[in-house]
Amino acid sequence: MGNNNNLLEYILRIADNSLILGHRVSEWCGHGPSLETDIGLTNIALDLVGHARTLLDYAAEVQNLDKSADDLAFLRDVRGFKNCLLVEQPNGNFADTIARQFLFDSFNYHFYEALQESQDAQLVAIAKKSIKEIAYHYRYSAEWMIRLGDGTDESYEKMQAALEQLWTYTDELFRMDALDEAMLEAGIGVDLKLVKIYWNERVDHILAEALLSRPKDAWMQKGGKQGMHSEHMGFILAEMQWMQRAYPGLEW
Amino acid sequence: MSNSEWPLWEVFIRSKAGLHHKHAGSLHAVDQQMAIENARDVYTRRNEGLSIWVVESKHITASDPEDGDMFEAAKTKAYRHPTFYDIPDEIGHM
Repeated sequence: MGNNNNLLEYILRIADNSLILGHRVSEWCGHGPSLETDIGLTNIALDLVGHARTLLDYAAEVQNLDKSADDLAFLRDVRGFKNCLLVEQPNGNFADTIARQFLFDSFNYHFYEALQESQDAQLVAIAKKSIKEIAYHYRYSAEWMIRLGDGTDESYEKMQAALEQLWTYTDELFRMDALDEAMLEAGIGVDLKLVKIYWNERVDHILAEALLSRPKDAWMQKGGKQGMHSEHMGFILAEMQWMQRAYPGLEW
Repeated sequence: MSNSEWPLWEVFIRSKAGLHHKHAGSLHAVDQQMAIENARDVYTRRNEGLSIWVVESKHITASDPEDGDMFEAAKTKAYRHPTFYDIPDEIGHM
């Protein structure tokens, strides 16, 4: 049962990253800076919510408490969510959203790549299916980084400011805690130290092309993976969950 | 940010191998790469495509819809349709 709890917790971390970022990106729907970017972002949001759905289905199965993916998405409270702090940060302006997406996509791609080597057949299947979409997300956000970084003075300034703002949340992506170590030991989890090497290469490469500077590592935020979230999380859940909270069991 | 100054592009999608590219619509984008990406997002969300062409709208030369004479001569030449041949039954549906 201890092992199952670890597995459940581990799946929730992956699922919640996708769910919360998917919800955040979906907030752009109908508000994008242009029709084309609006639909582009909405596609990404839908992909992410799709990944979350498959993962939460699996989490519910592992949990074995007769709960569904929907129960896990809509009936957990803030402390029950195990996503990293980066994905819950507000959309801000378009540059903020692109920076958040790029920093996360670069991580997510290599994370899923490594997850394909897991001993857990279900996680491997999910990773193989999702990584094609994640590769596209990465392409989308990386191209916008370059376009805006190497764009006008204004777009450069906004892009650089967005990077500086979000950098403090990047370290958590790679910070191995006891659960990460245990899952790696079990042959199921991903070695985040390796992911960081690939992430660094990728990020440095794109930042150079975008004529942006890599922010200095200063105080790095952490805690999301353990359920300790920023003040934004409650607001996200209030919007995401209100219908199931107000009308329990509602289906449509 | 407004995309009203972004150039307009025409999008052509090939839905299946062997079929030709067909005009799907238009969109705005700042460059070729972005036009392809946007076309992917806007016009192939429901698995409509295997291949995308984009061309900036300004590069398309169009006939004048007011110029009725242009097609007039072809209207009375029914014999240009291959409908006067007898097709042997063994050929079946053509």
